[in-house]
Amino acid sequence: MVQSVAEPATSGDVLALREQHLKAYRFMLLARVLDDKLASLYRAGKIMGGVFLGRGQEALSVSIGVHLQEGDIFAPLIRDMAGRLAFNEPILDAARTFLGSALGPMRGRDGNIHRGRPKEGQLAMISHLGAMISVVNGGLFARRMRGIKGTVGVACCGDGSTSTGAFHEAMNQAAVEKLPLVMVVADNQYAYSTPTERQFACRSLVDRAVGYGIPGYEIDGTNLSECLKVVGGAIAHARAGAGPQLVVASLLRLCGHGEHDDGSYIDTKLKASELGRDCIKLAEHLLKQQGWADVATLAKWRAEAVQKVEEATAAAQRDPAPDPFEQNYWAALSNPQLLEGNE
Amino acid sequence: MSITYLEAIREAQAKALQDDPRVFIYGQDVGNFGGAFKATKGLAKQFPGRVLDSPISEDAMTGLAIGAAIEGLRPIVEMQFADFSTVAFNQIVNHAATMFWRTNVSCPITVRLPCGGTAGSGPFHSQTMEAIYAHYPRLVVLTPATVEDAYSMLLAAVAIDDPVIFCEHKFLYYHLKAESLPTEAFPVGKARIAREGRDLTLVTYSAMVHESLAAAEELRGQGWEVEVVDLRSVKPLDTDTVMASVARTGRLLCVGESWPWGGVTAEVITRVVCEGYDLLDAPPQRLNAKDTPVPYHPNLWSAHRPTARTIATAARKVLQS
Repeated sequence: MVQSVAEPATSGDVLALREQHLKAYRFMLLARVLDDKLASLYRAGKIMGGVFLGRGQEALSVSIGVHLQEGDIFAPLIRDMAGRLAFNEPILDAARTFLGSALGPMRGRDGNIHRGRPKEGQLAMISHLGAMISVVNGGLFARRMRGIKGTVGVACCGDGSTSTGAFHEAMNQAAVEKLPLVMVVADNQYAYSTPTERQFACRSLVDRAVGYGIPGYEIDGTNLSECLKVVGGAIAHARAGAGPQLVVASLLRLCGHGEHDDGSYIDTKLKASELGRDCIKLAEHLLKQQGWADVATLAKWRAEAVQKVEEATAAAQRDPAPDPFEQNYWAALSNPQLLEGNE
Repeated sequence: MSITYLEAIREAQAKALQDDPRVFIYGQDVGNFGGAFKATKGLAKQFPGRVLDSPISEDAMTGLAIGAAIEGLRPIVEMQFADFSTVAFNQIVNHAATMFWRTNVSCPITVRLPCGGTAGSGPFHSQTMEAIYAHYPRLVVLTPATVEDAYSMLLAAVAIDDPVIFCEHKFLYYHLKAESLPTEAFPVGKARIAREGRDLTLVTYSAMVHESLAAAEELRGQGWEVEVVDLRSVKPLDTDTVMASVARTGRLLCVGESWPWGGVTAEVITRVVCEGYDLLDAPPQRLNAKDTPVPYHPNLWSAHRPTARTIATAARKVLQS
């Protein structure tokens, strides 16, 4: 069942392939520029709480977002800016949530990477990330009960979350229910500071697929083409009714766990290895090599991304902050009559 | 005709499934087998595809319910025993309970917890969990003590847009009977005066309501009129009804089957002392289970939890102080 995929695309759909790569690259770039801006706002003391970047994981992340459609469900991990943007998350949602705006989707009640719009399929993660997978299952289960066909759910986690009981429970549940779940594991070599040899003892996390009785795919997470092809294929299989799919991508987190962490524990040999290559640079190289984009075009796109990010972060900084004296901020039940009178 | 507390729970689920196509039941052995206690007996056949066996995965069971609730369904999750809900604790308290606060999206799940001790069940099939869940903001925690409440409050739980922890007491499953199912429901969040009295307010809930009523009957023979307040819902907690009763009697005893540290009895006493100190003619007291795991042997078990006898003894102390 475990497959390795890395064959070139057929010539028949080169044009579509070009469009897909260009779209994906532009979301990767936007995500990188936004992440970099958030990191500098954090260093400037403008962001409360943690800032977690997707640096080095954009190729994998965007491959999810560009293959999702309206009506699908996406439970990102903390490094999925690219996938979120490609799945139509407004750039202002990120800017507002990180910058504590009262107008963002979380209204200051929860922060940064926890943002989401559950009714639009963008789940708002809790910190216990393994817990999100069964929630995706529930959304897919509900659709089946309601007779809705053709939608999929993608849940993401890192190598660390695969050690949680919740991961196992949910993967087994998805397999038993034959749900259209695509589980994408970004094996970025470290869970915070813990290296993979202290996290799991199997050859590869993709071997877990056999135990669940589902297909598994191993990919190079730095290679945009491979990510697009395999993640896109897994999503298409799930959408067509083939049941849960597991994709495990090998890559390296090119930053600390969060911006509070310098990542000094990351092995220099890993940094120098193929895993440590920057997927955006590789993608740029590919676009130029294929003749799909020239240097001037890449520069123009970067300038456009910077402009978008500057506008969004400036707008969010002009927003009102949450007001603790506004009564509504403390009402937290859908049924206000069940709130106790003495509160 | 008579109907038991357990049958009322089954009937409420049948009615919820019948009346609302958004409702489904998910839990271990709830399908064709009808549940470990038969609370879903016959429902899988009556409602095909809507009463489903789950793997032994309390976390994923609850996660699936949360995901389905986001999509607009009304899941009922049956934990086989309340004790096992600790495995789902994260999904319940960190996910379901925070959902509306964080995202403005309601999370209408009902988690049924068959709770409380029965002789011989031991440490892992006997627990009462209401205090743990009530501690977390924005869970609704219901503790029905009567057949009527088991029925109407379970229907209310399914209709409520927020996560509801439905603590049904196993000791009452077969013993407690009513002539018929109620056609009108007493509102959720209101306590009920289970017995009127002028000398002492005895605040309790769930199975301890019946032990307390028996204690009140015993004390009547000694000339005391004890008022028994059945909280029905521990969250929200109906402080008004409790305070009004204490205002009439001037004395308070709280009884719960849970462990003594913190919890519902501590909460009730805190509220009465903080908000109604002047109403009290004597120091309020409380009676809980012993602070040990729930023992297996019937002799030990019956000494572990409050009983009519120990409640009457505790009540006499308050009455005579």
